[in-house]
Order: sequence, then C-alpha cells, then structure tokens
Amino acid sequence: MSSTEVSAIEELTNKEYKYGFVSNIEADSLPPGLNEDTIRKISAIKGEPEFMLEYRLKAYNHWLTLKEPHWANVKYPEIDYNSISYYSAPKKKPQLKSLDEIDPELRNTFEKLGISLEEQKRLSNVAVDAVFDSVSVATTFREKLSELGIIFCSFSEAVKNHPEIVKKYLGSVVPYTDNFFASLNSAVFSDGSFAYIPKGIRCPMELSTYFRMNAANTGQFERTLLIADEGAYVSYLEGCTAPQRDENQLHAAVVELIALDNAQIKYSTVQNWYAGDKDGKGGIYNFVTKRGACRGVNSKISWTQVETGSAITWKYPSCILQGDNSIGEFYSVAVTNNMQQADTGTKMIHLGKNTRSTIISKGISAGKSNNSYRGQVKVSRKAENARNFSQCDSLLLGDKCGAHTFPYLEINNPSAQVEHEATTSKIGEDQIFYLNQRGISTEDAIGLIVNGYCKEVFKELPMEFAVEAQKLLSISLEGSVG
Amino acid sequence: MMLEIKNLHVNVGGKEILKGIDLIVNAGEVHAIMGPNGSGKSTLAQTIAGKQDYEITKGQVLLEGKNLLELSPEDRAREGVFLAFQYPIELPGVSNTNLLKTALNEIRKYRGLEAIDTMEFLTLIKSKMKLVELEQSLLSRAVNEGFSGGEKKRNEIFQMAVLEPKLAILDETDSGLDIDALRIVANGVTKLKSKDNATIVVTHYQRLLDYIIPDFVHVLYNGRIVKSGGKDLALELEERGYDWLKEDKELIAG
Ligand SMILES: Nc1ncnc2c1ncn2[C@@H]1O[C@H](COP(=O)(O)OP(=O)(O)OP(=O)(O)O)[C@@H](O)[C@H]1O
Ligand SMILES: [Mg+2]
Repeated sequence: MSSTEVSAIEELTNKEYKYGFVSNIEADSLPPGLNEDTIRKISAIKGEPEFMLEYRLKAYNHWLTLKEPHWANVKYPEIDYNSISYYSAPKKKPQLKSLDEIDPELRNTFEKLGISLEEQKRLSNVAVDAVFDSVSVATTFREKLSELGIIFCSFSEAVKNHPEIVKKYLGSVVPYTDNFFASLNSAVFSDGSFAYIPKGIRCPMELSTYFRMNAANTGQFERTLLIADEGAYVSYLEGCTAPQRDENQLHAAVVELIALDNAQIKYSTVQNWYAGDKDGKGGIYNFVTKRGACRGVNSKISWTQVETGSAITWKYPSCILQGDNSIGEFYSVAVTNNMQQADTGTKMIHLGKNTRSTIISKGISAGKSNNSYRGQVKVSRKAENARNFSQCDSLLLGDKCGAHTFPYLEINNPSAQVEHEATTSKIGEDQIFYLNQRGISTEDAIGLIVNGYCKEVFKELPMEFAVEAQKLLSISLEGSVG
Repeated sequence: MMLEIKNLHVNVGGKEILKGIDLIVNAGEVHAIMGPNGSGKSTLAQTIAGKQDYEITKGQVLLEGKNLLELSPEDRAREGVFLAFQYPIELPGVSNTNLLKTALNEIRKYRGLEAIDTMEFLTLIKSKMKLVELEQSLLSRAVNEGFSGGEKKRNEIFQMAVLEPKLAILDETDSGLDIDALRIVANGVTKLKSKDNATIVVTHYQRLLDYIIPDFVHVLYNGRIVKSGGKDLALELEERGYDWLKEDKELIAG
C-alpha cells in the first residue's frame, strides 16, 4: 500500500461520528438494577395485562439460568446487567393527534438527523412510528392504515388493544428460551413496533420506525412483531442512529416475523449506531435476535440490512422455511471501521418441500476492524428439493482489518442443492488512480467502488432507503482507503 | 505553452526509467511519441498524470505554466489533464454514467461551475456517444468490466470526449483496435482537436498517424527523447525500426 493510501485510511478513520449529539428531553427512568421487582415495575408503568407480566417473569427466571454466550468472534468487557437502567421514557406522554403536538426538542432531534417527520409524511408516503428512548411518542398514518384493517402501532399499545394477537404470536418464532439476549429482552423489553396485515391486504406504504437511543446508561430492549396474514404483503423499514456516548450502551432487540400462506414480508434495516471513538470507546453493543417464520405455503420473507454502526454487532436475521415452496432471502452489507467488531450472518432452516433460500452478504472492513460472516444452511430430512444459494464477499480497505467467513452446512436430505461462493478482495491502488485521473478524489473513489460492490444489496432496498444507505456507507468510510 | 517538461528524471522501483526528458507542447498541437517496448512511454504518461510511487528525482512539469508535480492526481485532472490508459482498469459495479457524472461535476466544481443538470448531462452523453460511435449498452454497464480490449479503448476516448481536457495523453489507444474502430477513434480525436487543447499520442504504429496527423514525432529510447521530427519520422521508423537510433544516441551521448 502506498503512503497516500495509508494517510487516506487514517484520515477516514479519524472522522468523528456525524450524528453525535445528545438531546435534552427529560427522561423518566427506573434506577439501575435487575430483579423481579424491576420487571413488575416496568409492566405496571406500561399498564400491561396479567399475561404479559407472567411472560416477562417466566423469561426472567429462565434468563437467570443462562450464561452470556461467547462463541461469536467478538471481544468486549463483561457487562454488568445490574448497572443498567431498564426503563426510560420521555416525561410528557400526551396522546398525540397530530405531529404538531410532538415535543419540539424531539422534533429538533429528528431534524438534526435529517428525518423530519413532515417530510417523511409529505414526500415519501411513509407511516412513521418513532420510538424515542423506549417509548413511542409519535404514530402517524394509523387511521389510514386502519381503514384497511392494518394494525400498526407501538408494541405496548398492541399489548393493550390487541392482546389476543400478541398472545398468539409473541415468542412463537423466538421463544424466551432461545438465547441469553432473547431471554433478557423477553423479560424487560421496553417497547417496539407491532404490525398486523389482514388476509389479502397489500400494505400500501412502507411501514417505518426510527429508533433513537438517548438516555445514558439505559439498555434498549426493543420488541417487534410483524404478522402478515394469508396473502398479505408488507414492507417494513427500520433505521436508527444514536448520540455520542462515553459508556457502552447495550441493545438487545428481538424481532419476530410471521408470514402465513402466500404472504410476503420484506424487512429492511439501515443501522448506524454510534460505533465508539477511534479507539472503540463508547460505542453501542448490538446483540439482536431477528427471525422470521415462513409458516404458510408459498410464503416469503426477505431481510435486507445495511449495518454501519455499533461497536459490536451480533446479529443473524434468519428464516424458518416451514411452508412448502416458501422462500427466504438475506441481503446484507456490513461495514466495520476503526475498532468495530461485527459477527453477523443468517440462518436458513429448510423444513418444507421445495423451499428456497438466497444469501448475499457483502462485508467491508476498514481500519483495525473485524468483520465476520456466520451463515448456517440447514436442510431437514423432510425438506425435499430444498435449494440454497449463498454468496459471501469480503472487501478489505487497508491491511490492519480482518474478514472471516464461517459457513455451516447441515444437509439431511439428498435432494438438496446448495451452492456457496466466497470471495475476498481489496480495493486496488490502480482503481483509485484511474478514478483520481478522472478528477475524482480518493474518498469519492472509494465511495464509488464500495457502492458498486454493494449494488446487489442496495437494489433490494426501497428507493429512499437505498439513497440513505449509500450516504451512510460513504460517511462511515469517509477517508478510509486508498 | 500547454505543456512544458524540463529535464525530467523519474525512478520507478528504485531504477531510473526516465533519464532527462525535455518536451514542449503548444496549444493546438498533436505530438506523437514512439519508441520500443520498455523505453518509458507509459512511465512518462503516468508521471504527468500523477501516479504515486513514481519518484521524481529531477526536473519540472508545467501545465500552462503551473507546476503539475505539486498537485494531486485528481487536481491535475481537474486542471485539464486526461490520460487514456494503455490498460484501462475495470471497476465492478460502478456504472460508466455514474463515473462520468461524478468526474464531470468534480471538474466543474474545481472550476467554480455548478453541477451539471441531469437533462443537460444526458444530452452531452448522447452527442459524445455519437462522436465515438459507442454502443448504448456500454454506458450502463460497469466501467470496463468484461469489455473487449477494443471496447475499453473506445470507452477511454468516450470519457475524454465528455470531460474535454486541455491536454489529452493517449497511451497506445490504437493497440487492439480493429480497422474500423481505429478510424472511428482517430476521427473522434481529430474532431475534438481545437486551437485551445493539445494531444499527445503514444503509439507503435504509423497507421494511426495517417488519421491523426501529428505536428511532431518524438522517439523515446531508454528513457530519453533521442530524436524529434515531423510526421515523416514515423514513416522512417516504420521502415527502419529503432536500431539506427541507438547508434545515433550513442553518438550523441558519446
Ligand atoms: N515497479 C517497477 N519496478 C521496476 N521497473 C519498472 C517498474 N515499473 C515499470 N518498470 C520498467 O520501466 C520501464 C519502462 O516501462 P514503460 O511501461 O514506461 O514502457 P513503455 O515504453 O510504455 O513500453 P510499452 O511499449 O511496452 O508499453 C520498463 O523496463 C519496465 O519494466
Ligand atoms: Mg506503455
């Protein structure tokens, strides 16, 4: 590598997090600590029905029996679960009829992020359910959706207003016994999104939630449940960015998707949480359990993610292909820079006949970061004619970073066809020079090349999200390679 | 004076490749540089363009009096230097249009102009495509990826046509072109020629010079320009090869 390349990498590496600011909304939070009492308090604050409290307590008691997992290719200091505050809410929680009623301070926060709600409303036809520090404060377009019988609300509201649906599906894809972080989430989850698309309905707009973590030292435990009934279709967008912090913030979300016969769910994420400073200090720990069940015949679940943030990411959006002819897809771009660590990938579990899955993973590592892809393809004995195609590409920027691929195959039916391709490449000096010679700076040249490399994934994102994702990628790699 | 090179010495990989080049190119002129393999033609072209890791031990390169050697490669391009690469680079996933729009806007920004309007850009692209008879399909494809050798060369000239440089350096753009493509490319270059720009063509074949008539022909030999002349020099080289110049040079050096 040439010296200009090295200095370009260092320059990029030294860029400070663009969205690092702290907003001043007064938080109303529980003192740090986790015990049964904490859980009863959370449930009481939220005015939950009995079944919910019982569920939380069962999860908590199970969690106590578990040990934090350490099989992922990531390293971090021990987390003291008793130093975390498990509930925090904006102080004023008025019932909002329109966007004008939103706390101006919150409005500002969104403006700074470039996600003005009016703009979203006006320009992109997106219903925004903004989750701000664990509690939903703004829900829009709900009425329009409810005309179609679509329920789109915060998880807390769903627990109160649609307990029968929540009861039926909660934990049916990710049981509270699933893993350490899922158990913890099941015990203490704060809020999140809920959507139910009734039979035969195609949701006319992208459903979207912007997450924002704010209060210091507050773990954020989102819970999301999406159900597409027979023949329904929904596209859901999740995007987030967090303020600069000096302490690590734990985030352990659970997302469950359920697609019944002939239903389709498209779930897209752009994740840009604070990754820590260039020494890795202060970033978010993102330990997420995301799973979708293609429960019905001909159903389809498609995960698309662009991951640029967090100090540590531990995340494997997966599909359980139960219904015959069901389809699971995973498209991922994971960028790591500086000291970031990402261990991410997917699981495709083929149970039904003629089930198909596609995995396209693009890992980009810069700085001293470590990027691991972990993918499991499992074909059960009864899954006749299952097919999988996996492609895992790694792109290295500089020579201090690492990329690792861990594919796991478990094939129990001889009719299965499984294909796996993997490549590792570097951005060539000659490519950069060629673009420089056309008048393009090294930074922009990297942006062009990296965006080109991720094209297959970006094309799966809804239009406005794709633009945002490209910007994010450029921001997170600014000055990164040469 | 468009380009002035004074006593340029360049080391590559610790070895002296250019051993004192002097060259003056005026606006409106076409210069041809010929010379055997390994004599340093591409090294000279890439040095002007600002290739890293080329160590300039002595000498100067001025573009309209401005010291090019202290500018980054991108700033040289923005000043109006264009290099059609001998081996154009493949850029998987980066579309030709995207590259050109980014490049054009960077150059415009440098010159204090506003970003080009999308419609205007498309019109420009269309007209330049005609000029070099470029297939529409090559536009939306990734830059040079899977292009045939000749397509790559033609694409270089297309980029040049869009970016309208002051100084264009074509490094063996004629190699690998079929007869028709050669004529098209050469005609394109000729049409783009004006009293305000200049062209340096590096070539091994005199046939290109039937289409692009050079004002001067220089022979680069072992890192030095050993002979300069008019377009007849190219014919002479075609007939006699380079060996006779070797002796010439030894006479000069001796
Ligand atoms: N990194 C390097 N280390 C050592 N020598 C090098 C390096 N790069 C180029 N050279 C040498 O420099 C000399 C000039 O190369 P250059 O590519 O400029 O030749 P050329 O005149 O363009 O030849 P051709 O007609 O084959 O294109 C060659 O002998 C080449 O091997
Ligand atoms: Mg050459």
